[in-house]
Amino acid sequence: MRCGDLKESYLEDEKIFQSLFVKICLGIFFVVLLIVPFVAGPYVLYIMNLIGFSIIAAVGLNLLTGFTGQISLGHAAFVGVGGYTTAILVTRLGFPFWVALPCAGFVSAGMGLIIGIPSLRVKGLYLCIATLAAQFILEFVFVHWESMTKGIRGINVPPPRIGSFEFNTEKSYYFITFILVILVVGFARNLVRTKWGRAFLAIRDRDLSAEIIGINLFRYKLAAFAISSFFAGIAGGLWVGFIKVVTPEHFPFSLSIQYLAMVIVGGMGSILGSIFGAIFMTLTPELLNMLVGSSKEMFPGLDQFFIPLKDIIFGGLIVGFLVFEPHGLAEIWHRIKTFFTLWPFSY
Amino acid sequence: MISATAATAKTPLLKLEGLFLKFGGVLVLSDVSLEVYDGEIFSIIGPNGAGKTCLLNCVNRFYHPERGKIFFQGREITHCKTHEIASFGIARTFQNVELFKGMTVIDNIKLGHHVHLNTGILSAGYYFGSARRTELKLRKEIEETIIDLLEIESIRKKKVGTLPYGLQKRVELARALAMKPKLLLLDEPVTGMNLEETEDMARFILDIHEEWGVTIILIEHDMGVVMDISNRVCVLDFGVKIAEGEPVDIRTNDRVISAYLGTKDLAYSRLGG
Repeated sequence: MRCGDLKESYLEDEKIFQSLFVKICLGIFFVVLLIVPFVAGPYVLYIMNLIGFSIIAAVGLNLLTGFTGQISLGHAAFVGVGGYTTAILVTRLGFPFWVALPCAGFVSAGMGLIIGIPSLRVKGLYLCIATLAAQFILEFVFVHWESMTKGIRGINVPPPRIGSFEFNTEKSYYFITFILVILVVGFARNLVRTKWGRAFLAIRDRDLSAEIIGINLFRYKLAAFAISSFFAGIAGGLWVGFIKVVTPEHFPFSLSIQYLAMVIVGGMGSILGSIFGAIFMTLTPELLNMLVGSSKEMFPGLDQFFIPLKDIIFGGLIVGFLVFEPHGLAEIWHRIKTFFTLWPFSY
Repeated sequence: MISATAATAKTPLLKLEGLFLKFGGVLVLSDVSLEVYDGEIFSIIGPNGAGKTCLLNCVNRFYHPERGKIFFQGREITHCKTHEIASFGIARTFQNVELFKGMTVIDNIKLGHHVHLNTGILSAGYYFGSARRTELKLRKEIEETIIDLLEIESIRKKKVGTLPYGLQKRVELARALAMKPKLLLLDEPVTGMNLEETEDMARFILDIHEEWGVTIILIEHDMGVVMDISNRVCVLDFGVKIAEGEPVDIRTNDRVISAYLGTKDLAYSRLGG
């Protein structure tokens, strides 16, 4: 283990991955992630894909809520806008998926800009309500604009393809998700260490002095809304391409809450935190499902009792995390890392 | 430390013309006019509630005066937006420290430089090309000029919220400097500091003034500091300007003494005059 570090240039000090050890670990992690689809079954890959979509959406929401401090309760609706845009472009206009996906991002971003306009005037809880309204309005549009969205029947979407190869299995889709997650996370992580991210944090911490410093609040708040919804749109498009259908039930209000929970449990203002949060919020219900499933055999007849218990445990876990680590999973990770930095020679 | 008067016939850097500011029925500033010239240290003093901070807030466009005009470098800025003021080269520190508490010292200082950066969002997102170059250049500049000057090397990676008050004030000054201002507005930079910290801060202000050639407007209650480092002093009382001049004259001005410094005996003890 290293016992300290010596940096000789500002470049080294500004790096995200500071030491060779970290880079090697990261490399190994990526290799493992690339081997997984060849050894794991479709169920595991299905979950990993879902985690990937959640990561993209949660990173987007974290840029808005964790970094810029603008709480949004309408994130699922933006994911929905992305999903519907992809579906409509692919089925009606015959766009290839690869073109429809970025378009979905931009349409979602445009929607985010509109919803973000009140953010200059309303703050905190009031903005919360404004974005909540967006959630319900958009949900209403998904259901009732039948000529476009086909209402509750939904739209069937063909899987993405390159040439004659169709990405219609969990395994092949995994690679699309993997690449996009890396692109999105890389983008977000770099963004927050430049002028843009600093401006976002400044708005969160103290908007009045941000303005004195010359930050155009309106511009940066809107930028945060746009980037956040862009990512949501991408997540939505990806998701729709994966499940091959889009219906309004996919984007309920509870999903918005779930995204918010990912950001809070993972750690506000930490990109790594959103990754942890997305994994935690997707994986825990599945693990609990498995537990309940296996308990069925051990305690026959008691599964009626275990199913609601699942939600209680899940809720309890979230509350527990917030009580014992208000800064989220990212902070726990940080503590573990600092402990091992100088281990075993720490004093 | 008192140099010869800097006021000459040239156009003032900052000029306030007949400023009126009202909060409801209260007249906060009443017909305040003043001129600050390039290269000056100009102090504003006065009892609590005299409207000193409000005056700065007007310059920053936080408050919108009822009447009156504000000129910076001969250009009228009375109707500019708050965030535009920074790009003209006016930096500010606050009476109650207004830093970004969740960020590190160095990020706070980098934020001061915000108006001079024009990184595009794509280049920022993938951190190459101009984004990377500007970030590294900025870091080098901040490290080698500002952090070095203000002697805050040891705390640069700390979160601002964890620092003691005196250091926070220093970081706030650093953030204002990162803007490379032409005019620096300092609102009570030595309040709540002990003698040693006060001396340090006064030394920094003088260093900045001399090395960077920045014009400074200073609001301060510590008469020792004001009288020692200012070129000119302006006294406000209940929103009215009651005196302006060199420290020597202010010290002996009867109106100032009765409004702010108390009776003559008390004034002597406070001014050491």
